[in-house]
Amino acid sequence: MSGFTPDLELNQNEIVKQVERRYERIVGISFTISLLASIALGVVFWQGGQTQAEGALLFVVLGGLGFGIVAWGKYLVPQGPYVQEREELRSPADEKQAFVESLERGESLLLRRSFLVKLLGGAVGAFGIITLFPFIRSLGPQPKKMLYVTNWKKGSHLVRPDGSKVHVSELEVGGVLTVFPEGHAGGAISQTILIRPAFQDIVTKPGRETWGPQGYLAYSKVCTHAGCPVGLYQELTQQLLCPCHQSLFDVLSGANPVFGPAPRPLPQLPLAVDSKGYLIAQSGYNEPIGPGFWERA
Amino acid sequence: MNLEPIEWVDDRLGTAKFTRKSLNKIFPDHWSFMLGEIAMYSFFILLGTGVFLTLFFNPSMATTVYHGSYTPLDGHTMSQAYASTLNLSFNVRAGLVMRQMHHWAANVFIAAIVVHLLRVFFTGAFRKPREINWVIGSILLILAIVEGFLGYSLPDDLVSGTGIRIAYSIILSVPIIGSYAASFLFGGQFPGHVIIPRFYSIHILLIPALMAGLLGAHLAIMWHQKHTQFKGKGRTEKNVVGVAMWPAYALQAGGFFFLTAAVIAALGGLFQINPIWLYGPYIPYKVSYAVQPDWYMGWLDGALRLFPSWEITGFGHMIPAVFFPAVLLPGVTFGLLILWPWIERKFTKDYEYHNLLDNPRDNTWRTTIGVAVITFYMVLFFASSTDVLANFFNVSLNLVLWSFRVAVFVVPVITAVIAHKITKEASAVPGAGRPRKAMVIMRSDEGEYTTVESPGRPELELKHQAIHGGEPMELPEEERAHKRELGEPVSVDNEAAFATASPAVVLAEEIGERPSGGTGVFRIPRAAGSGGGLFSPRGSRPNRVDNDEANGKDGDR
Repeated sequence: MSGFTPDLELNQNEIVKQVERRYERIVGISFTISLLASIALGVVFWQGGQTQAEGALLFVVLGGLGFGIVAWGKYLVPQGPYVQEREELRSPADEKQAFVESLERGESLLLRRSFLVKLLGGAVGAFGIITLFPFIRSLGPQPKKMLYVTNWKKGSHLVRPDGSKVHVSELEVGGVLTVFPEGHAGGAISQTILIRPAFQDIVTKPGRETWGPQGYLAYSKVCTHAGCPVGLYQELTQQLLCPCHQSLFDVLSGANPVFGPAPRPLPQLPLAVDSKGYLIAQSGYNEPIGPGFWERA
Repeated sequence: MNLEPIEWVDDRLGTAKFTRKSLNKIFPDHWSFMLGEIAMYSFFILLGTGVFLTLFFNPSMATTVYHGSYTPLDGHTMSQAYASTLNLSFNVRAGLVMRQMHHWAANVFIAAIVVHLLRVFFTGAFRKPREINWVIGSILLILAIVEGFLGYSLPDDLVSGTGIRIAYSIILSVPIIGSYAASFLFGGQFPGHVIIPRFYSIHILLIPALMAGLLGAHLAIMWHQKHTQFKGKGRTEKNVVGVAMWPAYALQAGGFFFLTAAVIAALGGLFQINPIWLYGPYIPYKVSYAVQPDWYMGWLDGALRLFPSWEITGFGHMIPAVFFPAVLLPGVTFGLLILWPWIERKFTKDYEYHNLLDNPRDNTWRTTIGVAVITFYMVLFFASSTDVLANFFNVSLNLVLWSFRVAVFVVPVITAVIAHKITKEASAVPGAGRPRKAMVIMRSDEGEYTTVESPGRPELELKHQAIHGGEPMELPEEERAHKRELGEPVSVDNEAAFATASPAVVLAEEIGERPSGGTGVFRIPRAAGSGGGLFSPRGSRPNRVDNDEANGKDGDR
């Protein structure tokens, strides 16, 4: 160390002891605080518990322990630095050779009966595949037509979440309501949003002329992007907003997506009015609702 | 010392050699090596708080009418899962603290994994021979994200239920198997009656078991291959320099567990997280506004928002819009992540062992790529709050969305250029980032100017050395063990001298107890037998009988 040799201090040991005592004191105080906080925590629990007090006291209990232990490990025991040689990871060549020989010995013994090896493989493989069977058969049904249909049928009454039917006179112009097919109130797949926008503004798509009696429009409430409920109706702009990923659908032009990641319009439910003036579905949706899937053309 | 239990165990297991080596194992010291520790400790806290929660949580989708102590929801119909979560939050002692600690620990866990991963990436610690641990770590990250999402979903509240709905749509979007996978997982059409119990068994059983196994392998491989270390005095590719496992590292690491737990407890007790009672139970036709997932799902949510509305149809099939941001993007992300060591090797052609870490500034290209990639995901992360940002800054959603669509490509390029410039310049300056000696300008009587390098400050240098290491030495027990193996004479006289030296002396100066002689504090008298001279300028080893004269004169072997 470039020409620097400090003098030996006579009271060196004293200094060392003094400093170590200071750290001993710090560590001791940490542990004591932790202990006291534990007792306090016990009192809090005994009194029925209180979230903030528990959190704060746990912080002191654990923090006191942690601080004391780390201080001990950092200031009261030797830090080195120590050095250790790394052992060679790679095995010596003859070791590898011996290993390969052992492996080959067993392998050649087994492969002498190659027919049995194949048979064993087949037996284990068959067992594995057969074991999958209960999982595949029991976890859930095959999708089949599941994704194409909802609970809406010809003549289904429109009902509110509480099950009550919707009368044609009930919704004011500008009003909006979440409806379900009767008997399936609250359903995730059949949820439909019923809107009564101002009559004259509606741009009806060809083939849908009879779908909106008295200005009522009903669209699937399941977003065609990722399936969230398209829950926010902005009356001013006549748009439906999906709060998950901000897709916007234009209500007046057949719920076409006008903004955001949604790729398709919301399917429209053809409506009619029954003899008593209640709203019913002319039929189910004529296309799958919600997000896309592989089988869908 | 009572040797009986040691004998008893060793008679049966023969552990003395292995445990000696473990106790004497050297751990290189650097603050960034604690990041992985934070992740591991968070995992332990997750296990502990999680077991507590299982005692009170009821993973059932059967409905019930709530009449508990949280009166605003009195009379509401909800699932047992949601009701039992309310119950354990309000009626179980320490229940809410445990639940919030569990949630916070999950967030800390994944954050620590990510930062640990970045450390490993930027320092090149994944290079040979550590590729296997890189792969295991990457898989642990994926599992942790899935596990976090499942746990977040279990309370069956309005916000998490919407998340499950999106997950269903994402599974549905996978080509060929999507509709089958979704139907099998959910037991039919969304939402069904089985998804919460199934998530539960995956969340508390399957994934934790996988993670515990992989974590064990991660640690065992790290233990076997030994730690990497930064370049420094006495550090080579062939050695490890640092503190000994016993007792310094054991105390530091063990204490650090409690410190991690303390911070998570404070978060859990004092900082509200996921107040499900404010969201209400999940009702499929209801939705909440301005909700964001937990932070580690933010980049996916952002990608879902930014990706254009492309849906590809043809040949009687469809690739749904969400496939690209929510299946392809994560697939590519984690694929590239796992394969990175091999991708990098393709360019560097580097087949050597690496135990010394790179300084990020010295590896310009890796650092540049890393910065660009981080920026890309950060932009996606912030894009998950387009609606909130539009509201907050009172600008149109359209503007925010398009800004992000541009930013996600432009900003990474900008940060990459900046990172490239900085690393290039920094690496070109030798000794950059290290303290430099002052230059003293002198004027002689004749008016002549001369420049002299100021003398170093030996006390600072010594202090630095004492804390960060001078000349490394071998542990005495290891040294003796080696000697015994070689059949050399061994003496144990100086054990006491070795054990009492501690860095406290070094800090005497820092805390103002400057001894009369100033810098003498770094010198510990050897003859007195009270110190091994750990911090002496020569960084000597403890006294040994066989080369007593060498001591005090020459620390080199």
